[in-house]
Amino acid sequence: MRPGRRLLGVGVAACLAAQPGVCAELKDLYFGEALYHAYQGDFFDALQRLDTELAMYHGLDEPSRDTLTYHVGQAEFSVGDFELDYRMHLRAGRAIKAVLEGAVDEAVRNEAAYRLAKIHFEKGQLDDAVQALSRIQGKVPDAIRDDVEFLRANVDLAMGKPAEAVTVLQPLRSDANLSGFVAYNLGIALLEEGHADEAVRQLDAAGQLAASDDAGLAIRDKSNLVLGALLFESARYDDAKRSLDRVRLEGPFSNQALLRAGFAEAQAKQYDRALVPWTVLAEREPTDAAVQEAMLALPSAYASLNLHGRAAVLYGRALEQISGQLERVDASIESIRQGRFLTALVREEARQDEGWVIKLRNLPEAPETYYLMELMASHEFQTALHNYLDLEDLRAKLAGWKTGLDAFEDMIRLRGANYEPLLPEVDARFRDLDARMRLRLEQKKNVGKRLQAMLTAPRPEYLATAEERIDGERLTAIEKVAGADPAVARRVAHLRGVLTFRLRTEYHERLTAAFKDLEALNADLETLTKQYDDFVRARQAATQSYTGYDVTIQRLRRRVEDAAVGVDGLMARQGQMIETVAVHQLTARRDRLAAQQTEARYAVADSYDRAARAQAGEEAR
Amino acid sequence: MGRRVSIASVLVFACVLRGGVARAGTGASDQEQMKGLDEQVQEIKSDVLDIAQELSRLEEKLLFPSGTQVAVFVELAPGDTMRLDAVRLSIDGKLVAQSIYSFKELEALHKGGVQRLYVGNVSTGEHQLEALVEGKAGDADFSRTEHFTFRKEVKPKLVGLKLTSSAPVALEEW
Repeated sequence: MRPGRRLLGVGVAACLAAQPGVCAELKDLYFGEALYHAYQGDFFDALQRLDTELAMYHGLDEPSRDTLTYHVGQAEFSVGDFELDYRMHLRAGRAIKAVLEGAVDEAVRNEAAYRLAKIHFEKGQLDDAVQALSRIQGKVPDAIRDDVEFLRANVDLAMGKPAEAVTVLQPLRSDANLSGFVAYNLGIALLEEGHADEAVRQLDAAGQLAASDDAGLAIRDKSNLVLGALLFESARYDDAKRSLDRVRLEGPFSNQALLRAGFAEAQAKQYDRALVPWTVLAEREPTDAAVQEAMLALPSAYASLNLHGRAAVLYGRALEQISGQLERVDASIESIRQGRFLTALVREEARQDEGWVIKLRNLPEAPETYYLMELMASHEFQTALHNYLDLEDLRAKLAGWKTGLDAFEDMIRLRGANYEPLLPEVDARFRDLDARMRLRLEQKKNVGKRLQAMLTAPRPEYLATAEERIDGERLTAIEKVAGADPAVARRVAHLRGVLTFRLRTEYHERLTAAFKDLEALNADLETLTKQYDDFVRARQAATQSYTGYDVTIQRLRRRVEDAAVGVDGLMARQGQMIETVAVHQLTARRDRLAAQQTEARYAVADSYDRAARAQAGEEAR
Repeated sequence: MGRRVSIASVLVFACVLRGGVARAGTGASDQEQMKGLDEQVQEIKSDVLDIAQELSRLEEKLLFPSGTQVAVFVELAPGDTMRLDAVRLSIDGKLVAQSIYSFKELEALHKGGVQRLYVGNVSTGEHQLEALVEGKAGDADFSRTEHFTFRKEVKPKLVGLKLTSSAPVALEEW
């Protein structure tokens, strides 16, 4: 049931093959509605609207006259985009392939190929990504030219072809949007190709690029961190330290950088200088792995400086903290096993924010998230979490639809109960009125025909008034009664002559008046026909409002129920998977903490011994 | 949809580039299982989307038959930076819809999205539509009521309200 649309002239599809976002003026309200949902992150609703809209568009006899024609290229792309955003990569791939195989402009086809390649790359399907990239030929839209090359290089790198990646990345170094990522990846490609010195120079440059957004700053930090690690491995501790010092203290790589900076100083036997980053780090969030390492590294530096008393105190504190963290991890594992983690994940307020996973750790009833930051940052885990949330949404939707179908059935039953007793009487009256109306229409048609005929073959007697007709009949009757009386016959002939004279002289006026009357009747008939049509439509609507839905509703109910069972099953498995992975992660952290605890216990004892011996030595002196 | 690079993707991407570095926290068999589940989730999403489409068609047919259907859409004029607070809609003197806009909804309108504010039923013929628009343009709050007449024919009626801070509400009939 597609609403009527403003018809378009042919050949105005200016945005037919436009890129998404290019066509400024919106010409199709339903496409605009799909965008409205998508811009709010409601991709399910956006997809539902747009899929319906496109299906209707393609089902039209003359789609070029539909308002979606203006946006159809953009709409086809948007479907793929929305599907990607709704984590439906398989369908997104199919949607984009459909664009690729359609009769579209070269630039559009190239963009579709790029998107397809990107999906394959993100899913680890590298051969498919290469194949999709190979379809990019000819004109590539300016907006994605560098992205295409960047993706090509990433695919090369992932396929173990660093030399090819270097060739692709080198000309891209000046692109403003990608500069940090290109510079970093180029450094990695050079490193993997075996050009360590060039890689160091490249990463050094990448670590000093100007950046303003979070992603740019993060990749710059990452460049410095990797460079620091490389230089550290090459025993270039001062250079490593300089690089690590460039990592922002408040960035996501800060803890790792501080830890490594301390190691760089310690390797150079500069234990007093190692104290600075490790002291800062040891005061940070104690659940972080780097912080926990620093808790032990810091007293070891004091011990290396022969400050065993201080070392013993700090080892003691580390032991206390690590033991506390062990308890916390155990509590987290227990909490996950009791299902609290999943409960915390589906909290409504957590969904309102893109960084909700990170903020979960602030929930007092979700202690398990303290140790899952690293895990939560992984692509697979993110996908699993989002899938779980999506399934929860689907579950709620399906439950709502089930209730909705009940309401529909109720409504249909009530409508039937209302109309069924009324309709037979309505139909009987309608049939009577219909017969009378048809008769009158037939009469009107005959009158019209007669009048038309009278234009060429005048028949004045047809236009006599009722009175004149009666007068004529009376004269005929008098003629019959009077017989051969000449006086009466003369008188009758005279009167008939007067009648005929009037009819003939007024003929044209009367004919015109008759046509006018017929015209007036036409207007009345038009009103009548409209009322008739309205009635027929209303009558049809009455029947259609409660008949013919049973099969559809039954089918939908079955589908909804089947889907609900499927969603419940998948939710259980997905939830279990998330819990299992989280428990694995926590168990690994627990093992490391247990090892650190043992290490700390020995170190405490050893430091106290050394401190005691040192004190005894001093006293002996 | 422009390029979006998140911190998380930087972290993940770095792992990918380092080759041998394992994906954080998830083992190979876990990854396989997650992948399998992901594909099943995608399939069920696809099924539910199909159901949603069919249900939406059924709902429209049952509740808003084309002979009486009227839908009112709201959009902002391109480039207008007004802060739309609320819209109240009356048809033939009867309040039929009102919306108070959240930040996300307003953002969506500013980006060019169109909100379907109301779907209902009216008889064929002339109808009066009243739109009360409240918001803020520049430093000044405004509240504006506009009156329109639209004609409902046999086919569904689509009415678009284009809102601007500097001019009266424009009505577009589709």
